[in-house]
Amino acid sequence: MRIDCKHVWEHISAYIDGEVDAELRAEIDSHLETCEICSAVLDSTRNVVVLLADDRVFELPAGFSNRLHARLEKELELAGS
Amino acid sequence: MTALNPQFGTDCIRRILAGERQLFHELIRPCERAIYFLLLSLLRNEAEAEDAAQETAIKVYLNLKNFRGDAQFRTWVLSIARNEGLGRLRKAGTRREDSLDADTDEQTGDYTPAVLACWREVPSDALERQELGTMLRKAIDGLPEIYRNVVLLRDIEEMDVRETAAALAITEGAVKVRLHRARALLQRELAPRLEGFAPKRKGMFGWLKG
Repeated sequence: MRIDCKHVWEHISAYIDGEVDAELRAEIDSHLETCEICSAVLDSTRNVVVLLADDRVFELPAGFSNRLHARLEKELELAGS
Repeated sequence: MTALNPQFGTDCIRRILAGERQLFHELIRPCERAIYFLLLSLLRNEAEAEDAAQETAIKVYLNLKNFRGDAQFRTWVLSIARNEGLGRLRKAGTRREDSLDADTDEQTGDYTPAVLACWREVPSDALERQELGTMLRKAIDGLPEIYRNVVLLRDIEEMDVRETAAALAITEGAVKVRLHRARALLQRELAPRLEGFAPKRKGMFGWLKG
């Protein structure tokens, strides 16, 4: 059975996460070989996922960790007194 | 993201409870980012998310003796963070229940992706990445809360489906469905604005041809 574009889009997230079974993966792969559109949709969705995981894109506010540990330190001192 | 070694966690907790309080700094450190981004997702305000993150860390410390070890430490910490965030929203009366109820997992929507043939590579240039990051943060801010929480834990903090489900108190199936929709919405939102980030080589050949 040949799957259509819409079917591929429905499974794109699971495909990126390696969560589709071998049969479906093969169908999607064969569709991607001939479909420029789905291939671009896959690439751009994967790029979104790559960027999301990039620590430089999502940084903690400057000094966040220092302020957190300073406040914790006060609490730890209180607990010890 | 640094994953917490379970053995280190268990030892650490035992020693903290036995009096080595300073070790708590090391125990909580690998969870800091996830705590902050989950709270930012809920509260949508950096200063408040930071304050809530500090409160969460203190609550984790004060309740450490109640940690049973039947869940992963970070999952337990994130459920405390979630309660802290939800408590603040309830207190402020700003929780938009409609955004939660109106968009259930059973509802089917139109998640047609944006079709864009030229955005094939993530730019390696630092400045371009930074610009993309700004766009991405805005796009995430515009997602419904149920999608935002999932994408923050799964894709930004790279937690697995099981841990994300446990931290958000939803099923693994819901995590997968929401993540799929969140990614599709982000792709659709971002792709049309990303033409400027297409590999420059293509444009140059286009110009030469023209």
